Amino acid sequence: MEYVVIAFLYLAILLYVLLGGADFGAGIIELFTSQRDIRRTRKTLYHAIGPIWEANHMWLIIVIVILFVGFPIIYSDLSVYLHIPLLIMLLGIIARGTAFVFRHYDAVEDEMQELYNKVFVWSSFITPFFLGVIAGSTISGHINKEAQTFLDAYILSWLNWFSIGVGLFTVVLCGFLASVYLIGEADNENDRQRFIQKAKRTNIIAVMAGTLVFAAAIADEVPLFNWVFGEPVGLIAVGAATLSLIVMWKWIHTKIRFVPRVLVGFQVTMILLAISYAHFPNFVILKGGENLSLHEYMAPLKTMWALGWALLLGSVFILPALFYLYYSFQKKENGSY
Amino acid sequence: MDDFLAARSQMALSLGFHIIFACIGMVMPFFMAVSHYKWIRTKLDVYKNLTKAWSKGVAIFFATGAVSGTVLSFELGLLWPTFMRHAGPIFGIPFSLEGTAFFIEAIALGFFLYGWDRFNRWFHWATGVVVGVSGLASGILVVSANAWMNSPAGFDFVNGEYLNIDPIEAMFNDAWFFQALHMTLAAFASTGFAVAGVHAAMILQKKNVLFHSKAFKIAAIFAAVAALLQPISGDFSAKDVARRQPAKLAAMEAHFYTQKSAPLIVGGIPDVKNKKVDFAIELPGMLSFLAHGDFESEVKGLDTVPEDQHPPVQIVHYAFQIMVGCGVVMMMISIIFFAAMVRKRWFYSSWLLKLFVLALPLGFIAVEAGWTVTEVGRQPWIIQDVMRTVDAVTPMPGIVWSFYLFTMVYISLSVAVIYLLHRQIKMVPILYDKGSDPSTLPS
Repeated sequence: MEYVVIAFLYLAILLYVLLGGADFGAGIIELFTSQRDIRRTRKTLYHAIGPIWEANHMWLIIVIVILFVGFPIIYSDLSVYLHIPLLIMLLGIIARGTAFVFRHYDAVEDEMQELYNKVFVWSSFITPFFLGVIAGSTISGHINKEAQTFLDAYILSWLNWFSIGVGLFTVVLCGFLASVYLIGEADNENDRQRFIQKAKRTNIIAVMAGTLVFAAAIADEVPLFNWVFGEPVGLIAVGAATLSLIVMWKWIHTKIRFVPRVLVGFQVTMILLAISYAHFPNFVILKGGENLSLHEYMAPLKTMWALGWALLLGSVFILPALFYLYYSFQKKENGSY
Repeated sequence: MDDFLAARSQMALSLGFHIIFACIGMVMPFFMAVSHYKWIRTKLDVYKNLTKAWSKGVAIFFATGAVSGTVLSFELGLLWPTFMRHAGPIFGIPFSLEGTAFFIEAIALGFFLYGWDRFNRWFHWATGVVVGVSGLASGILVVSANAWMNSPAGFDFVNGEYLNIDPIEAMFNDAWFFQALHMTLAAFASTGFAVAGVHAAMILQKKNVLFHSKAFKIAAIFAAVAALLQPISGDFSAKDVARRQPAKLAAMEAHFYTQKSAPLIVGGIPDVKNKKVDFAIELPGMLSFLAHGDFESEVKGLDTVPEDQHPPVQIVHYAFQIMVGCGVVMMMISIIFFAAMVRKRWFYSSWLLKLFVLALPLGFIAVEAGWTVTEVGRQPWIIQDVMRTVDAVTPMPGIVWSFYLFTMVYISLSVAVIYLLHRQIKMVPILYDKGSDPSTLPS
């Protein structure tokens, strides 16, 4: 049963990165949209994420619950040493969720809209950045349980080049996911082309940011290169991602939305696989080479058994309902909503 | 302020903030479902408009509740890592089920809010009901986890180790049912009174009277039923607490000495140093009766508990008085309300509406006070008789700053939500109830 739980943990992380990521990305795209197009972009964005955004962010809750029930020591250690980035991420989540809803449900449209917009786009940028910082910190090997000073224990655990690099990479990835997703949501050719442009740009920036992460890894002595290229699985994953990228760019100009969306999701999945496979089942890598392994630090078996069943039972309800939600609010092929 | 106090304050603030949004988020869908049902049945536009107007409010409250709930799931670890390290595997199952319920709620809300004129109307109606039912389930599950802290079960605590963990037994601990019942009724009463109060105020101002009258009636009926049942559930809870957590009951009642035929102390100022209560009204034998169902029975006082395990008596006592006081007033208003349903002449009379306007905040005051009783009354324990709160707190210094930050955030959010609600209500004549004669009374 513990494998069911571990599978759900990674599935929830993946779905959060894909769905929550595209959702954050929509805000990032808005941040980088010119004044001329901003109103139309906002409208497209609202139709695209309005009904589903809340559900997209539920995956984070699932991740957290799995961690604190199934792997409580990992959860509490991360909570202690990554307190500060977690706190900033939470403030981002509060700001973003409320600003998005406020701007659509404020009964009066006036200058307050400007404030909601500002808060929404900036929190869409900051939140995934710190999510990335946190993710980077779990494997950067800078969390030091023997640290004596505030600086060592609570700041340098996450403030390093590698974590910051992963943070930036996450932001760009979100933007990339969103722009590919939005291509299919545009209601006219002009907007379609604009989103294709954005997808191209974010794709290029993503490659650059990815390179930056490798450089930062070298600077911080994180064996990222070995993880990704030292293992057949990592190599195959990177190869598959690159190949699918080429296929995606072939397909992007056709009207079939499904293929680019699946391919961009596939690419992100492969990136996550390449990074996590090499040190699985280690979930957190600590300073001095010690690791928090999912096998070693798991809750007693009875708990894992109950948690596994709870997750299986939950997914029987959640997955069909979620699928029907996405299906129902797909833009109709004739362009109307 | 030291870090421990700051951590407790931040937790209290976060919970106190979230609980309001959680209550509204789980109860309002039922009000909407009634109004929605009436629209489908009667085809009267006013019900459709009301459902839509309410759903805007719910969207605002749900989003705020969802983010403040997300914050809480992290704060458990950020503030109390040692607690979570041990408690997570024991009391976590209701949380993981709650995750499912919450997820379904979010999905159903997407269908409901964006589904007007898109789906079969009964399907659309049903998605609204699912929002309410899964919200209610979430609430009950979270309370069950809290109940475990009051009534730990499902493990053996041997030499500081947590052995033989059984998370299912932990979930169905002794306290869960009465706590969940009390909280569910409280959610209906508090949301009902708040909503009824707002609409009563609008009727009194003679604005969109038909619209607000329909709204008032739906909310007030839910509120009144819940407020009438609540004292019964409160009695169950009191007996349950007397059995499981005598120190908490003693603090609620400022009951310093164990005695037979113990009096119920109403009001008063507890003098902890001299172990007496000044200026209180004493009802002889009543505490024994309320705690054990027998006027003669013995009620354990704070003297049965070592002094370093006493909860802060004054806070718990005052909070308890406030909760009961608000509850009694709401119960009396409910009785008057039902009388008014029989005597139609009273129903939209201005004095009845004024009563409801005055009662607008009482439910939520009672909810906050009630949670103060539960949580402060358990101190110094975070897990009753097993782990002290002070041993659970994060080792990271500087929590004070995080507390200040969250205080600012929650104050701004509260201001924003009240402002938005105010604008919603102001716009009712334009957005939701166009063209109706503003001063028509319902027949």
